[in-house]
Amino acid sequence: MIHSLFLINHTGDIFLEKHWKSVIGRSVCDYFFEAREKAVEPENVPPVLQTPHHYLISIYRGKLFFLSVIQTEVPPLFVIEFLHRVADTIQDYFGECSEGVIKDNVVTVYELLEEMLDNGFPLATESNVLKEMIRPPTILRSVVNTLTGASNVGDTLPTGQLSNVPWRRVGVKYTNNEAYFDVIEEIDAILDKSGTTVFAEIQGVIEACVRLTGMPDLTLSFMNPRLLDDVSFHPCVRFKRWESERVLSFIPPDGNFTLMNYHVSSQNLVAIPVYVKQSISFFETGPCGRLDITIGPKQTMGKTVEGLMVTIHMPKAVLSANLTATQGTYTYDLATKVLVWDIGKLNPQKLPNLKGSLTTQAGTPKPEDNPSLNIDLKIQQLAISGLKVSRLDMYGEKYKPFKGVKYLTKAGKFQVRT
Amino acid sequence: MCDFPFFSLVCTGEIFELKAELNSDKKEKKKEAVKKVIASMTVGKDVSALFPDVVNCMQTDNLELKKLVYLYLMNYAKSQPDMAIMAVNTFVKDCEDPNPLIRALAVRTMGCIRVDKITEYLCEPLRKCLKDEDPYVRKTAAVCVAKLHDINAQLVEDQGFLDTLKDLISDSNPMVVANAVAALSEIAESHPNSNLLDLNPQTINKLLTALNECTEWGQIFILDCLANYTPRDDRESQSICERVTPRLSHANSAVVLSAVKVLMKFMEMLPKDLDYYGTLLKKLAPPLVTLLSAEPELQYVALRNINLIVQRRPEILKHEMKVFFVKYNDPIYVKLEKLDIMIRLASQANIAQVLAELKEYATEVDVDFVRKAVRAIGRCAIKVEQSAERCVSTLLDLIQTKVNYVVQEAIVVIKDIFRKYPNKYESVIATLCENLDSLDEPEARAAMIWIVGEYAERIDNADELLESFLEGFHDESTQVQLQLLTAIVKLFLKKPTETQELVQQVLSLATQDSDNPDLRDRGYIYWRLLSTDPVAAKEVVLAEKPLISEETDLIEPTLLEELICHIGTLASVYHKPPSAFVEGSRGVQHKRLPGSAGSADSPDTGSAAGVSEAPPAVIPSQGDLLGDLLNLDLTPPTTSGPPPAPSSGMQMGAMDLLGGGLDSLVGLLHLGGDLGGSPAMGAGFGAPPTAMPASFPPPVSGGLDDLFDLGGSVGITDLVYVQIWLPAMKAKGLEISGTFARRAGVIQMEMTLTNKAMSIMTDFAIQFNRNSFGLAPAGPLQVLTPVGPNQSIEVALPLSTVGPVMKMEPLTNLQVAVKNNIDVFYFSSQYPISMLFVEDGKMERQVFLATWKDIPNDNEAQFQIKDCHLNSDAASSKLQGSNVFTIAKRTVEGQDMLYQSMKLTNGIWVLAELRVQAGNPNYTVSTVHVRYIGLTGLVSSDLLPHADRRAAA
Repeated sequence: MIHSLFLINHTGDIFLEKHWKSVIGRSVCDYFFEAREKAVEPENVPPVLQTPHHYLISIYRGKLFFLSVIQTEVPPLFVIEFLHRVADTIQDYFGECSEGVIKDNVVTVYELLEEMLDNGFPLATESNVLKEMIRPPTILRSVVNTLTGASNVGDTLPTGQLSNVPWRRVGVKYTNNEAYFDVIEEIDAILDKSGTTVFAEIQGVIEACVRLTGMPDLTLSFMNPRLLDDVSFHPCVRFKRWESERVLSFIPPDGNFTLMNYHVSSQNLVAIPVYVKQSISFFETGPCGRLDITIGPKQTMGKTVEGLMVTIHMPKAVLSANLTATQGTYTYDLATKVLVWDIGKLNPQKLPNLKGSLTTQAGTPKPEDNPSLNIDLKIQQLAISGLKVSRLDMYGEKYKPFKGVKYLTKAGKFQVRT
Repeated sequence: MCDFPFFSLVCTGEIFELKAELNSDKKEKKKEAVKKVIASMTVGKDVSALFPDVVNCMQTDNLELKKLVYLYLMNYAKSQPDMAIMAVNTFVKDCEDPNPLIRALAVRTMGCIRVDKITEYLCEPLRKCLKDEDPYVRKTAAVCVAKLHDINAQLVEDQGFLDTLKDLISDSNPMVVANAVAALSEIAESHPNSNLLDLNPQTINKLLTALNECTEWGQIFILDCLANYTPRDDRESQSICERVTPRLSHANSAVVLSAVKVLMKFMEMLPKDLDYYGTLLKKLAPPLVTLLSAEPELQYVALRNINLIVQRRPEILKHEMKVFFVKYNDPIYVKLEKLDIMIRLASQANIAQVLAELKEYATEVDVDFVRKAVRAIGRCAIKVEQSAERCVSTLLDLIQTKVNYVVQEAIVVIKDIFRKYPNKYESVIATLCENLDSLDEPEARAAMIWIVGEYAERIDNADELLESFLEGFHDESTQVQLQLLTAIVKLFLKKPTETQELVQQVLSLATQDSDNPDLRDRGYIYWRLLSTDPVAAKEVVLAEKPLISEETDLIEPTLLEELICHIGTLASVYHKPPSAFVEGSRGVQHKRLPGSAGSADSPDTGSAAGVSEAPPAVIPSQGDLLGDLLNLDLTPPTTSGPPPAPSSGMQMGAMDLLGGGLDSLVGLLHLGGDLGGSPAMGAGFGAPPTAMPASFPPPVSGGLDDLFDLGGSVGITDLVYVQIWLPAMKAKGLEISGTFARRAGVIQMEMTLTNKAMSIMTDFAIQFNRNSFGLAPAGPLQVLTPVGPNQSIEVALPLSTVGPVMKMEPLTNLQVAVKNNIDVFYFSSQYPISMLFVEDGKMERQVFLATWKDIPNDNEAQFQIKDCHLNSDAASSKLQGSNVFTIAKRTVEGQDMLYQSMKLTNGIWVLAELRVQAGNPNYTVSTVHVRYIGLTGLVSSDLLPHADRRAAA
């Protein structure tokens, strides 16, 4: 099982290590540093590495590497999932997952790691169980701790682990009982030069924020559950009821959690909200090129497209850009060769356009590679797949909770080739 | 914002202060002090000096304080083992606390204290906790058994904890079941054959029930355990599948992949016409696709596994091509994997789409990725015949871009396309030739030269082109040199009149000016072929080449089957069997997929897979043609008599080389295999050598022990070591195992040939390389009937010792080439030297005495034989059975001295003195003399200790 964990920052310093069995020397990380060097970009480090005596499995999150050392045959996905869970927990506790935050809270992090694994076997990974044992820092508590020297180790034991619903603690009490669900959809798409969809799919997620007293049993039903043929659920969802009735029946964890993920891939269901007319060309003669981009609405279901932004990774030879935008502002970063055009709201009456010339390095041949455009956008109050929640019912408790559903569509990996 | 303001405080002075506080009478003060200690410890400061003081605080009712002290103990107990004993009592007491959470905490912490002395005290509390009434305690105790096993495996076995753990599999609580399975799986890894997880339908049922209710991690353990079970029939298989399928919708990707593994394995048993089979296939696709929207690290592992799944069952994902399209911001390791799967899924239906994508990728920024994309276009052409034309034109478009590395890569793949579709796309050669000057990578140059040589008759200025390469011959890499040599010889055979000068030039460059043995040898072979028999040369050099096929980069079916059983593991990421790399698990059992229902028609098993159904098409490897050469000479293996007289033009070097006739060819083959090229193949087809001579570790104990172990039986007896000489993985499904023996004066090689491939194997033949004792087959290999799939056949091959001789390293190494209708395979094995002792090895006493004195001291060696519980007479009679004869016996000062002689097949005598002390199990073979009679010059001094160690047996 998982033997050791090293946290490594982007400059290659190991700033935290934790061993669940015997101690393994830091030198094992040298194999990782070697691979890190070879990969150039930190994102490109292969996640599974083999060394003469160990295997190194790593993830890259928030500019940090979480590197685990294992010695026997352990499913790599198991380890990667666990590492992401560690990162999620740190994020959950301290609001972000960065070197600074971990260093500031090193004792709490250490205690968390101790509770999350026992002898390399996952022990308590549910956020509510952990929070019961190790209290997350609040400003007040940290002030008090500073003054009194108290620790974060709670004097309670993980009672949640004894119950049949390990994800929910008992005795939850709220004065305002509320349950909110956010249906968030991301469009992943590749459009080719002519605007034809090469590939498109929707990654959907239902994020829940549930603050309800006692042990509520919820049922969430959809107007059109047929859309969902590829789903994955939080462990609290009763799969049998989903299979037979297509409703989500569950006792929710307390607080924020991801209720389900889904995936819509059939082409005809994936609407592309905007179209992009673009031409980027470089001249054979002379050190310059031309750029002209226009964006217009396509299938927006009558909603407004907001937060529109275009990012272009220019070929290395491009020195500067002299452009005019009819809407929004653009910046060109010389060092990274990234052109960002921040448009904002899309006005269907007056389409935004970015036009002008590019200067390339004199004497170099015309760039071979075509830059691709990455599009960012947001549409409020719309799930682009058409998914709609029809109702939420609560059983097991008597009070009337406040309920709410929000929809949001975003661009995921949305790219236009040129 | 800092959790603790103490970081900077702990210095030596502080330690004393803390000590005082820890020993304070006031409870509050004590507690604060422990907290400060823990704070220092977590940031890595050494506070071990406070050990006794902290342990004193352990007996408390305050839970927070208790937990902190436990944390401290886990950290420092190892460094203070004696002190740690002090804590034992409290642990034992805590294990009986009325609160189950405290009991669990105590047993968990105790397991983490890796001190031998403590483990003894741990046993009793652990035994109680394993049977605790509270499931939380039982679950924690189950993991504790695994911890204890890690520290002291023997103790765990002696105390019977393993049986208790096995009982926990049937526990009523799902979490307990999951942890018991996890603990057993971990323990089982260090005991590969212990059969700890003995699965029967009842336990399977328990596991399946627990599966629905335990945590996500527990589900992974249970699913991985289920995958090891082999259902009794298709009904059981189906019912397990039905109960596992809901796991495919889990949010945890590791659960999903483990479920996929179980389903992929158990599906094999379902009849293909069953409705459920089709349903299951459909259900597998969406979860696999969903894995690809996870974080890139998860995607990578998923993709490596999908790569295996699409090879085994392409139908699952055949409509999902688009999800493998590469995104601009994917990490490179994800991009490369996606590309690979795209090609595996490419078919006539979607090839247009795939090609358009690949062309797009070929203009990306990342050089590695672009190269792989260009290669992928070539692989598409080879895989989907209808698309070849389109692929070629796409490649030509890419060549027009004049981007250097794109052009080079394109030329390399066009060469492969020519190999697949000869005489079809020669029109493009002109375009290729235009780019000749820009090629600077060896592989591309070699590919271009191969094309010119292969189509020399259609390229008007082929001689000029090749000549231009020849100018810088010595600066080229070996790959290019070899290719250039072959190409010019081809050209000469096609247009002999104009190119005589050129061919002479290249032959002399290769044979005289080069110090590369591979190049020189190939040069000599061509030279000799051309000068003795140009017709034969033509037949050899211009022989029709077997077509290459897509199979080249498929995983070999038996390996694939094994890997499917390991989906989700490291093995599946590396695409290697676990035995190949997992440390300390050499005994790992090879897992196999279960057969389909009604498995009488076994060739049908993989019919749905398509992969295994296809006949094993000819796969290019070096030695295609040399294999044929071998074949020519194979019929009279013993009569590889003197070589034909060298023609007048031949140089001495050549004669020397070819002096051994066939054998040198075999030797050359090995050489060629190592260096990655051989004449027939020509360097640079990109295929890695598929048939490397396999080598096996020599038997560790040497011949001695076996002979003594053999009991009273006579002669050099039945199997000494049955070894697997050639594993099926290395030989396209042919497995050869066997042993050497001497029976009634005849040396025999007793082999079992097993066909593990899907097609019938015929036309077996065998040949040895030159070896130290001139071993050679005394007749052809008697395999008269074809060997069907999963059949095996036993053959005894009598060996003669009149073959050509070459000293091998180690001395008893034998390199063997075996050929069948599929390919030629090579392996090497070691024979026990005792099989070479002849029956007339008894020397006359006088001769012995005289010889003994004559032999110079250089020829003497001494060594000891350990742990041999035989008296001298018994040893003597046993040795006689192995043709080691005792000439005389002397007893001096309670020591028996045996004087012995033996004679090797090549006439070498070995004389030995064996000193046996009664009651001492160690023998000393104090002196051994060797006398050369007959063949001299062969045996170098290192024959001595070698021959001896074996001989002493």
